[in-house]
Amino acid sequence: MSSVAAIGTEHRLVFVRTAPAPSLPPPFASTGVIGWTRANLFGTPFNAVMTVLVVLLFIWVVPPLVRFLLVDAVWTGSDRQACLATVAHPEVGACWAFVREHLAYFTYGSYPIDGRWRVDIFFAMLAVGMGWLLWLNAPHRGLGALYFFGIFPIVSFFLLYGLPALGLEIVDTSRWGGLMVTVVVAAVGIVFSLPLGILLALGRRSHMPALKTVSVVFIEFVRGVPLVTVLFMASVMLPLFLPPAWSPDKLVRALVGVALFSSAYMAEVVRAGLQAIPRGQWEAASALGLGYWQTLRFVVLPPALRITIPNILNTYVGLFKDTTLVFFVGIYDFLKTIEAAREDPTWATPVTSVSGYAFAALFYFTCCYSMSRYATSIERRLGRSERR
Amino acid sequence: MANAPASTPEVPFLRDPRVRSVLWQALLILLLIAAAVGLFLLAAANLQRAHITSGFGFWNQPAGFDISQTLIDYSSSTSTYGRAFWVGLCNTLLVAAVGIVLATIVGFTIGIARLSTNWLVAHLAAGYVQLIRNVPLVLQLLFWYNAVLKALPNFGDSIHLPGGGYLNNRGLYLPAVDFGGGGDVVLAALGAAIAIMIALVVLARRGRIAAGLATALALAGLIGLPVGAALVSGAQVSFVFPQLSRFNVRGGLEMTPELVALLTGLVIYTGAFIAETVRAGLSAVQRGQVEAAQALGLSRLLTLRRVIIPQAMRVIIPPLTSQYLNLTKNSSLAVAIGYPDLVQIFTGTVLNQTGQAVEIVAVTMAVYLVISLTTSFVMNIYNARMALRER
Repeated sequence: MSSVAAIGTEHRLVFVRTAPAPSLPPPFASTGVIGWTRANLFGTPFNAVMTVLVVLLFIWVVPPLVRFLLVDAVWTGSDRQACLATVAHPEVGACWAFVREHLAYFTYGSYPIDGRWRVDIFFAMLAVGMGWLLWLNAPHRGLGALYFFGIFPIVSFFLLYGLPALGLEIVDTSRWGGLMVTVVVAAVGIVFSLPLGILLALGRRSHMPALKTVSVVFIEFVRGVPLVTVLFMASVMLPLFLPPAWSPDKLVRALVGVALFSSAYMAEVVRAGLQAIPRGQWEAASALGLGYWQTLRFVVLPPALRITIPNILNTYVGLFKDTTLVFFVGIYDFLKTIEAAREDPTWATPVTSVSGYAFAALFYFTCCYSMSRYATSIERRLGRSERR
Repeated sequence: MANAPASTPEVPFLRDPRVRSVLWQALLILLLIAAAVGLFLLAAANLQRAHITSGFGFWNQPAGFDISQTLIDYSSSTSTYGRAFWVGLCNTLLVAAVGIVLATIVGFTIGIARLSTNWLVAHLAAGYVQLIRNVPLVLQLLFWYNAVLKALPNFGDSIHLPGGGYLNNRGLYLPAVDFGGGGDVVLAALGAAIAIMIALVVLARRGRIAAGLATALALAGLIGLPVGAALVSGAQVSFVFPQLSRFNVRGGLEMTPELVALLTGLVIYTGAFIAETVRAGLSAVQRGQVEAAQALGLSRLLTLRRVIIPQAMRVIIPPLTSQYLNLTKNSSLAVAIGYPDLVQIFTGTVLNQTGQAVEIVAVTMAVYLVISLTTSFVMNIYNARMALRER
């Protein structure tokens, strides 16, 4: 301090900085593409080795894959000749012509050709219902729920199965197939599993020992066994336990199996949501004089279900994947129609199977991935409202 | 409070919550009993009409069908349906055991890779998880079996694997370890080593011996005992390499294409789910914990061993067990590709031959239930022990 003062009095100041020095840009190597690369790809020697390995893996896998799926793929043709390797075309990629040829079969199964418009209307109704429910700012969403869980199932049943009074001839479920059956199984699972699951979850949290025991036994039993065995049970045992006169058809049996199975899983998801509601909410509702069902309807279920939406949607993704299992009990769902078409001798080539499976994988991936992305976005939205 | 009963208004009998609770439950039980009796009578009548005997008499009848993979003695001409059941159960347990080990390795690798600071590695792992988790397992099994394994070259052009294995459309052939007759002794020594290891872990947990000493002793025993037993018993330990002969592959460990496809599919599928579990567990360890460990001067390895892993495992293990259970239950999808597991043999072939649906489906479900319930029971004990003791 004193030295500064001393210098000051002698007027020997040469330079006094009056403004801060301009900040220099960060070192060239730590910003932009190079900086990002250094930080994220070559941070440590180990990372550098891993980066090189991954790049080599990409070079090894991606070009052949693109060649197989797109460049060398056969897009048009009417039988196996188009997809066989010839001297002129020694490399044959995916046989998309096979998929194109069978697209109608994959969609409608063996549904009568002149009745396919009925399936189209069913798909359109489903799209309207899903859009209504999934679009969070849609008008009258309550009405949408009524439509999706009430009107839509009933109308679809008569539309697809038939109603002679309205001139819709009966189409036996043995002729149903393809995407349509997959959607029907998934929709039945979705529509039935949520209400049944809520009831089971309430039963499990009930104070009545008998009700609680029944719910716990059912939930743990179903969750403890594979879906295949539940489907087998529904398909071979259900007819035994019903009078021969109303022996249900194959599809109904599988639907019962899927609905029971998914409701047990849904019950656990809903239970987690119910547990998140503080006891004080129940007590406050009691103090206001609300009964059990009124408390549920107005106080407990709305927030409990809202925080559970992402998990419910993820359960639906699982359910959608599980619909592929119905083919074990002889139902021609989407995957089974591909299996059947794959063995069609007019299209027997070395690439037919791969093409069919690739198409199926693309379909299931698109559906499931978009559903889980939607669940994630809802979760983020809920998280935002929680933080506020 | 003292005069509360006096001020309570008179509740009509049917409005008393306790009375209603009892009435509802009585109604529920009555309904269930009525349903059970009704179903039983209907089933009995239906069975009689269809001329199906009930009971487990079929258990001791000769089966008369072949099974492509048997871990225990089985012959189509002399063995019974009961024996076929045990063959199927062993095959299911084999897939479950091998699948769990492999899926754990895949899952932990991918899960750790997802948290890598290397952008490419993290995104590759994320892509793997998204792709595999969003495609149905049945489709993946069919793909591996029909599109990959069945499309492999014929046995004449077998693919030579590094290390002396062969892969062709009849299956996978790997080198096997042969103990030259001393296999039982080595196996027994291995069992003893595992028992000693468990005892050491328990002792270390109770603080009787130092954890480091216990680890060292356990590792020494695990390697030393079997090797020592092999040396003492004079067993000739050798590798048996599969040999390509004119019509087939001889020697070594043979795996059918069904087994290979089922294992591949299950491991890749469950691995993706385990990876998410692992990632969630590792992310659950708060950043501050790692920073505190660094502040204390712990090395990276010590931070991992003493700070991150113990806390992450607490979060990882419960969902990991449910993934193991899922893998075991999903092994029933073997039906799709014809691997002779419990469901394929018992609920498939035996059910078709005997027609005794009720008994067979009940037994199959009981097997899976026993596996699931035992695991959840053990898990509950584990959770109770591991739960954070908060003040």
